[in-house]
Amino acid sequence: MSRNAHTAAVEPPADEILRFSGVSMRYGRGPEVLSDVSLSLPRGSFHFVTGPSGAGKSSLLKLIYLAARPSSGSIRLFGEDVGVLPGRDLPRLRRRIGVVFQDLLLLDHMSAFDNTALPLRIAGHKPAEYRNDVAELLAWVGLKARMHALPPTLAGGEKQRLAIARAVVGRPEILLADEPTGNVDHEMALRIYRLFVELNRLGTTVIIATHDQDLVARSARPVLHLDKGRLRPLPPQGPVEQAAVE
Amino acid sequence: MSEPFDPARWRPASFLPDKDARDPALLFVVAVLCFLACLTALAAIAGARAADGWASEISGEATVIVRARGGETPDAAAARAAEVLAGVPGVAEARALEKEEAYALIRPWLGDVTADLDDLPVPRLVAVSLDRAKPATGEALDAALKAQDLDALVDDHSVWLEDIKNAAGVVRWTAAAVFLLIAGAAAAVIAFATRAGLAARRDVVEVLHLTGAEDGQIAGLFEIRFAKVAAVAGAAGALGAAVAGAVLRVAGGGQGLTPALPIAWTDLMAVLPCPLLAALVAALAARITARRLIHRL
Repeated sequence: MSRNAHTAAVEPPADEILRFSGVSMRYGRGPEVLSDVSLSLPRGSFHFVTGPSGAGKSSLLKLIYLAARPSSGSIRLFGEDVGVLPGRDLPRLRRRIGVVFQDLLLLDHMSAFDNTALPLRIAGHKPAEYRNDVAELLAWVGLKARMHALPPTLAGGEKQRLAIARAVVGRPEILLADEPTGNVDHEMALRIYRLFVELNRLGTTVIIATHDQDLVARSARPVLHLDKGRLRPLPPQGPVEQAAVE
Repeated sequence: MSEPFDPARWRPASFLPDKDARDPALLFVVAVLCFLACLTALAAIAGARAADGWASEISGEATVIVRARGGETPDAAAARAAEVLAGVPGVAEARALEKEEAYALIRPWLGDVTADLDDLPVPRLVAVSLDRAKPATGEALDAALKAQDLDALVDDHSVWLEDIKNAAGVVRWTAAAVFLLIAGAAAAVIAFATRAGLAARRDVVEVLHLTGAEDGQIAGLFEIRFAKVAAVAGAAGALGAAVAGAVLRVAGGGQGLTPALPIAWTDLMAVLPCPLLAALVAALAARITARRLIHRL
């Protein structure tokens, strides 16, 4: 993909799942946290988003999971221009995205099982359709014995895995994770990473914002590097696909 | 040791926590407002009935003052006037008051001078009962008396009737205004409580929102939550007002608290819609507040 392509004028590739075209973002009247970001990600890709604190990593993810709107520029998600979509259509897109939030956002009054089943309930599925899948998924992330536990009683790593289980239970087309290994030890970080790789292998597009340079280096995955709100291309860390940073 | 978790027996938990520390306080405030609203409604109904009763009593009667003319004695003139009036369509009964009754009416001003009054041309009164269904007008009575050459003055109480009707209207509109004010206050309280509830549950709202819940789904949760609280509060307030109304009915004897504010047993039925109305007001307030707040997420 050409680095200098004028994306707005070009028909997006058939396998493109996300495109940012000259996207800038600011909170209220504050300074820009993202400036003129353009990128295009193919379906089924796996990217890291790196950069120092305050570089705009979380803001970039917020734009993708539709928790914020850009100040300028356009975003195409699943082939749809989200800037022109009415608000009532956004939930439909959000259901196609799984998010591991930086602060996890688990619901403390719900059991691990209920937290995991949440996206499926919201999507209107009946318990009989998914209760076995949820149980299997929780077992897969090592929480088989903790299905009934409330989040405040879980250890940090357990909470992290629970948040991941909730993010992937609906088989999202895009999985976003904001510092998913921030509060776990190195071994757990690798385990979580392997989980993401497995999901990616099954077709999910994965975007992980992280400070963990060691993990990025080991993974040999393409990197979207942010610095002061601007996207800077970095060479790939290994022999895998190149991030389409324009 | 707790039993192992069985997914087959799992039942989905509520999206919102079942209990909220603010619920009892909200329930109490809304119950008090519903109690006051129901009492206002009862007072309005009783007041309207009292006003209707007064108007009905006054509009069903007329008083005619008859003065003797020529050689006719006052008693004879009054008797003739009563006879004439009894024949007017719309008059149920016309009765000339006895001399003593006429004297009794002016005694407060002249004192006990009955013996001397025989020499004075004291007017006589004729009490006329009108047909309630189709009462004769003051003009018709006056015309009938003039046709028989009687010197008489008809008072059909229309001046008082207008005043009473105005007073009844004031009672009705005041009660309706107070009722609306209280209902508005209840809605405002619920709106504030919803806002506080949403702020306290921002984490839940945010997760639901970002997980793909539609605004209506999230607002619906708060609508149901606050509608339930308001329905319970409304039932408690309505019950309290019904008990208060029953006490006033019993304590006030056969006509309720006083003849001026007669509460009937059937009036107590007016509190029945209160829980439903409270729930509807709460649901509406919660919906508007929740949707506004969700849009700001």
